[in-house]
Amino acid sequence: MAQYNFENELASVLKMDAPITKGPMMRWQRKLNESNTCNNSMNCSMNKSLGMNASINTSTTAKTPKKSLNKSLNSKGSKTPKTPKGLGDRFIPNRSSTQFDLSHYKVMNTDTENAQDETMSPSKRDFQKGMSDNLHGDALNAKIMSYQTKAPPAPEGYQNNLKVLYSQNKTPGSCRKAVRHIPQVPERILDAPEILDDYYLNLLDWSVNNHLAVCLGGNIYLWNATSGNIQQLLSMENQEDYVSSVSWIKEGNYLAVGTSSSEVQLWDVENQKRIRSMTGHVARVGSLSWNSYVLSSGSRSGNIHHHDVRVPQHHIATLSGHTQEVCGLSWSPDGKYLASGGNDNMLNIWPAIIGSQDNSNNTPLYTFSQHQAAVKALAWCPWQPSLLASGGGTADRHIRFWNINSGSSLNAIDTKSQVCSILWSKEYKELISGHGFAQNQLCIWKYPTMTKVAELTGHTARILHMAMSPDGTTVVSGAADETLRLWKCFGVDPQKKKEQKSSTKGTSSSLMRGGIR
Amino acid sequence: MAASTCQKNAITLKGSTETVSEFFMYGINSILYQRGIYPPETFTRVQKYGLTVLMSTDEKLKVYLQQVLKQVKDWLLDTTLQKLVIVIKSLDTNEVMERWQFNVECDKTVKTDSKPREKSEKEIQKEIMGVIRQITASVTFLPLLETACVFDILAYTDKDQDVPETWGEAGPHFIANSQEVRLRSFTTTIHKVDAMVAYRNDD
Repeated sequence: MAQYNFENELASVLKMDAPITKGPMMRWQRKLNESNTCNNSMNCSMNKSLGMNASINTSTTAKTPKKSLNKSLNSKGSKTPKTPKGLGDRFIPNRSSTQFDLSHYKVMNTDTENAQDETMSPSKRDFQKGMSDNLHGDALNAKIMSYQTKAPPAPEGYQNNLKVLYSQNKTPGSCRKAVRHIPQVPERILDAPEILDDYYLNLLDWSVNNHLAVCLGGNIYLWNATSGNIQQLLSMENQEDYVSSVSWIKEGNYLAVGTSSSEVQLWDVENQKRIRSMTGHVARVGSLSWNSYVLSSGSRSGNIHHHDVRVPQHHIATLSGHTQEVCGLSWSPDGKYLASGGNDNMLNIWPAIIGSQDNSNNTPLYTFSQHQAAVKALAWCPWQPSLLASGGGTADRHIRFWNINSGSSLNAIDTKSQVCSILWSKEYKELISGHGFAQNQLCIWKYPTMTKVAELTGHTARILHMAMSPDGTTVVSGAADETLRLWKCFGVDPQKKKEQKSSTKGTSSSLMRGGIR
Repeated sequence: MAASTCQKNAITLKGSTETVSEFFMYGINSILYQRGIYPPETFTRVQKYGLTVLMSTDEKLKVYLQQVLKQVKDWLLDTTLQKLVIVIKSLDTNEVMERWQFNVECDKTVKTDSKPREKSEKEIQKEIMGVIRQITASVTFLPLLETACVFDILAYTDKDQDVPETWGEAGPHFIANSQEVRLRSFTTTIHKVDAMVAYRNDD
C-alpha cells in the first residue's frame, strides 16, 4: 500500500510539470492517511516511534523520524538529539527495500500507457457522458447522433438571395426630383443571343466612330449605331473558344479582342482583318484597356500584360498584383494610372509605364482591399482627374470612391445589389451603375451627394456590361437575359444646350465644358 | 379489382418506412431551398405530392442526403427513430439559427412480417402535402438568415442503439430563447411524423 503511494509520489515528482503542491504529501497528512486506512501494526509502530525515537517498520519506506525528532526536540528542550542510525531529518526512504531501477523503469514505461488508457480515455468518456447528461438529461431517453461527414457548405461568396431582396430599397420618395426628364423605358432593345452570362468578362464596347462591339459566344458583331447596320467581325475557329473581352482603341479604327484561348488580337475594323495576334498569357483574357499605343490586358491567371502594339516585341511589362482573375481594367483619362480589379477582391492602382523595361513600375502604387467581392466595375471621373469609382460584386455591393493622388477612400455607398459596371456621365455630374439581383436595374446617382436620381428597370436577369455612346447621351446595357437595352438617360435638352453655348461664348470657361478642347 | 384496391391501401412497415424517408428527402430539400442555404440555381423543380418541390442538383449534397437517409431508413425499419432534426447554423459563429424538428412516433408493435394496416396512399400524400406546403409558407414568418449558413442533421434514436461507424454522438443544438411554431403532422398509422420549427427570437 505505502509502496504504491510512494511510487505515485515519485512519478509525480519525476514529472516535474505538476505544481509543487502536488509533490509528496506532508508527512502529517500521510501519517493521518495511514492511520485512517490501515489501522494495524503500522499504526502501533508509529505510536511507538513517538516515544522511543526508533523502531522503523521496514515495510514502510515512508516513515521518517522527523516528527519523532521534533517531538524529542520539544520534550528535551534545546538539546540536540542524536540522529538515530539510518534515520535523518529529511525524507529518506528505505533504499534497501526500494528497487529504484525497477520502479524507475516501470514509472517511465507505464507513464505513456497510463496517460492514454487510464487518465485520458476515462476522462474523455466521463466528459462526454457528463456533457450528454447535462445537455439533454437522462430523462430524454434517447441518443442523439449525427453523420460524421458534414453537409457540403454553400459555394464561397454565395449570399442568400432573400437578404438582397429584403434589404432592397426603392428610391426614397423624398429624394430630390431630377430637374431633367429621364426616360424610364429603353429607347431600343436589341437581341443578344448566346451572350455569355459570366460576370468576369467584358463583352461590350462602344467606339468613337459609333460602332458598338458585342461578343456573342465565339462571335463579335459590330452594330453601327448611326445606320443600324450589323456586321460580323469575327468568329472563333475553335468551337469551344469564345471571346472574353473587347476594347476599342481611342481612335475607333482598331478593336482589341481577348479570347478564352489566352490570345490578344488586334482587328482592323474597316477591312475586317486581323492585324496581329499577341500571345503571352496563360489563361483567358477577361479585361482590356488602351492607353494610346499601349494595350493592357488582364488575364484569369491574375497577371496584367502591357503590349506595345507598334513593335514586334509587343510584351513590354507584366504586372502581377492579383492572385485571381483580373476582371476590371481601366486607364485613367490622362493615361497616368491604371486601375485593376480582381476576383481576389483587390483593387490595384498602377503607375504608367515610363521606360519600357523599367521594373520599378511593376509594383502597385496603391492596393485597396476594402471591397468584399470581385471588383469589376471601374470608372475614372472625366471632370475630376484622379477620382476613381469602383464597384464590388454580390458579397460587397458597394460603390467606393478613391482619390488616387492621396490614396484615400472618399466615400462608399451600399447599393444593395451586385455592381457590374459604372459609367460617369459626360454631361451631368452623375454616374450610372448596373446591377444584378434583385431588380437588375440601372441606377443614376448624383455625385458627390450620391442621391439616387433614377432607377431604370427592365432587364429580367442581371446586368453584366455597360457602355456609353460617344456623344455621352446613351448608355447600352447588356444583361444575362440576352438583350441589349439602350437608355437615353443623359440626353441633353436642346434649349438648355443653346443657353449653355451662348454662356460659354461669353465666359469661355465652364466646368462642364472643360473637357472639350 | 377489390384485391388491388385493398393492396393499395395496405401499409406495411417497409412501405411506411419508404414513405417517411421519402418525405424527409423532399422536406429537407424544401427547407434548404426555402431558407436559401444553397444557391437557388442549384435546385430543380420536381412534381411530387401534387406540388412542385425543389430538389438540389448539387452532387455532393445529394450524396450526403442519401447517406444520411439510408441510415435513417434503417432506424425507421427498426422503429427506433424518435426524432429527426435539421439544424441550421451560422457558418461563421456556429450559432444555431433554426431547428426543424420532425418527431417520429413509431408503433413498436409492428414487425416486418405483421399484418398490413389500412390507410389509403392518397390520404397520406395529402397529409404530407400539407406539411411541405407549410415548410414553403414558413418563409413568411421566419426571420431572415443574415449570414451564410450550413445545416446538419441530427437523429434521435432509442438509448440502446449503437452508434454506427460513420456517425457520432452529438449535442441537441438547442436555441436559447427560441420561438417555436408547430406545423402539421402526418401518419402512416405505423409512423407518425410531427413537424415543428424553432427559430431564434431576437427581441
